[in-house]
Amino acid sequence: MFLRLVYESFRRQKRRKLLAGTAITLGVGVATAMIAVATDIGDKVSRELRAFGANLVVTPQEDTLDLQIAGADLKPPSDGAYLEESDLPKIHGMFWHNNIVGFAPVLPVAANVGGKNVTLLGTYFSKRLNFGKEEFQTGVRAIYPWWKVDGTWPQDDSQDVLLGERLATGLGRKAGDEIEIAGQAHRVAGVLSTGGTEDDQIIAPLAEAQRILGRPGAVRRLYVSAVTKPEDAFARRDPRSLRGPEFDRWYCSPYVQSIAYQLQEAIPHAHAEQIRQLAQNEGTVLTRIKGLMLLITLAALLAAALAVSAAMATAMFERRTEIGLMRALGAGRVSVAAIFFAEALLLAVLAGTVGFAGGAMLARAMGRSIFDSQIAVDLVLFPIVVALAVLVTFAGSALAIRRAVKFDPAFALRGEA
Amino acid sequence: MSPNVTPDQTTRLAHGSRRSMFLRMLVRAAVLRRGRATAALLAMVVAAGVTTAMLNLYVDVQAKLHTEFRNYGANVVVVAKNGESLSSGALQQIDSVLGGNGLAVPFAYVVARTSDGQPIVVSGTDLDQVPKLNRWWSVTAWPSRERDALVGERAAALVAPRGQAFDLSFQGRTIRLNPVGTVRTGSSEDSRIYLSLKEFESWTGEKASTVEIAAWGSPEEVRATIQKLTSALPQADIRPVRQIMEGEARVLGKTQSTLLVCVLLIILTAALCVLSTLMGWVFDRRRDFAIMKALGASERLIGGFFITEAAVLGAVGAIFGFGVGVAIAMWIGRVNFHAPVAPRVAVLPEVLVGSIAVALIAALLPMFLLRRVQPATILRGE
Repeated sequence: MFLRLVYESFRRQKRRKLLAGTAITLGVGVATAMIAVATDIGDKVSRELRAFGANLVVTPQEDTLDLQIAGADLKPPSDGAYLEESDLPKIHGMFWHNNIVGFAPVLPVAANVGGKNVTLLGTYFSKRLNFGKEEFQTGVRAIYPWWKVDGTWPQDDSQDVLLGERLATGLGRKAGDEIEIAGQAHRVAGVLSTGGTEDDQIIAPLAEAQRILGRPGAVRRLYVSAVTKPEDAFARRDPRSLRGPEFDRWYCSPYVQSIAYQLQEAIPHAHAEQIRQLAQNEGTVLTRIKGLMLLITLAALLAAALAVSAAMATAMFERRTEIGLMRALGAGRVSVAAIFFAEALLLAVLAGTVGFAGGAMLARAMGRSIFDSQIAVDLVLFPIVVALAVLVTFAGSALAIRRAVKFDPAFALRGEA
Repeated sequence: MSPNVTPDQTTRLAHGSRRSMFLRMLVRAAVLRRGRATAALLAMVVAAGVTTAMLNLYVDVQAKLHTEFRNYGANVVVVAKNGESLSSGALQQIDSVLGGNGLAVPFAYVVARTSDGQPIVVSGTDLDQVPKLNRWWSVTAWPSRERDALVGERAAALVAPRGQAFDLSFQGRTIRLNPVGTVRTGSSEDSRIYLSLKEFESWTGEKASTVEIAAWGSPEEVRATIQKLTSALPQADIRPVRQIMEGEARVLGKTQSTLLVCVLLIILTAALCVLSTLMGWVFDRRRDFAIMKALGASERLIGGFFITEAAVLGAVGAIFGFGVGVAIAMWIGRVNFHAPVAPRVAVLPEVLVGSIAVALIAALLPMFLLRRVQPATILRGE
């Protein structure tokens, strides 16, 4: 009888069930999507923050001081130490290599172009490298998304170069022209605009810079762009003072400090340092955006809970004659309440499942259209969301059921509620 | 409206003073069914409040995040052409163009020699402004007295490993400096020595060649500032720092889109909440509706009654909700950005119109469904 009452109620009152069900579906859907987005937003934004460029720099340990003024490198090439180019692919074997968006070695050399001294910067554009059996590509195109080239990007194994925008204007060259650098002719593949010091420089494949310098395999500095976790007090601890599990926890967190530490391990005789302008500010921006999303998610959950409980209260309130009839026929308060709660439970689970699926699809769509990557919804969320839906549905119907059950059946049947 | 309308009242309705009867019905309807009326109003207030808060935040978050991004430092750099120095009036000109809407810090550079002949970059700058511009500099102590210098961490290991005073020479002129603090940034600043621009000028005779500017405001405002600077300083190159500007635009754009979708979802949910509560309320009063019809009220009158009721509810709810929403937005601003979100009155009309529209839909939909039903059927309780 109990089951039949519940079944018939769903079969016969389709309109009411549909209304309340829609409210629950929508509420659960919004809640699921918001929770998924809020939990993933930190990861997504830290990837987006990589648009600011490298946040780590690796220099030789025994290096002399930099002599940079407004980007012009005045350091004599004979001066200072170098990193070995052959060590670079080892970065791909680091613990956190999946967090490394890319890296680019640089080798600035002085070059004579038409009687003028300019800086020629050797680097990787998008170089194929091998680490063990794995092949990967990296270079300035991956880590400096704001570099714009009018023309084409040179190949890393060619002798083509890029001319900085201002330098190109000064020399009167454009993409496709020839240019003589240090006594050898090079093709200008494109004109580079960065808004920085590179606009006054020549950018060439690393091998060309090494040839001009006469030091094969030499790299002056290495810029690394890594996705990191905002720094906290634990991150700033000196790794030498950490013991056992504490050290493991520090080592296995993607703090900018631990990634620097691992870079030093991967590349011999190197000193890795965070570029504070980026590394420090990333944390603040990330915390703000994450905090904002958290608060908005709370607002969304509140709105969803209110919508669901309001819909349930309305649906239950409409049925007080039905309750009156049951009571008049001799049903006890508990059994009447049990029937209605069972209905609410069934409705919450059914609509909650549909809502969860819809919310997951919405989160995926948001991830794809806004961040060009997936926002995955953890299945662990499913029981939690459905339990929440059941709870809110109960809370919404409880008051209406309680009032209806207490009400004298005679009045309810006469319609004087 | 009360279900027990007396014959006396209907006569008065028929004979005149329709306005007072209409008002009376409105007021009595709210008073006699306090519980449900309050529930409907509460739903309205919450929905309007959440909507106001979200709209306020959506408008304000961009400005807040722009402020956060200015911690990345300069987004515009002014450089003298052909490696010369900027004229002495250039900084004042820049300041007047900015008009307090930004921060400009001059930098001068030379390569000096240490006592053992090592080359080192020395920079003169405004040491009071630098900490405001470059907040990421990790500095142990800022110089305050004459002959004090801020030494880059790597430079310190070379010139003053034990923190002692050191000599620097430039074109035969020597200066003795006290290293009061070290700076650490992870880039070229670590290899430099900083001193106050005044001292730098009197020692080297060189003037500032670069001005780094943090221009505040939206990308459009920054672009306008760059244009004004270009026309005000024809002798210098004005270079936007694309690294910072494009990164900022990208992150902000993505945040803004995410926020927009979330705000729309929340507003949709809030509207749904109001809709179901109000529809229940109106549906619940189908007996009132039937009695009025049975007593001879025209459909227009009944429609007008419910529409006015819904509109009043929507308007009152929106106004209270606006207050609640502004409070929520301000709280979020304080908690998350440590700066209050300014209340925007411009949002009020939108919230008002939206609330009334939702309330009207909620009232008219059940009306439409009930119109075809005979009053007798409803009164019989079917």
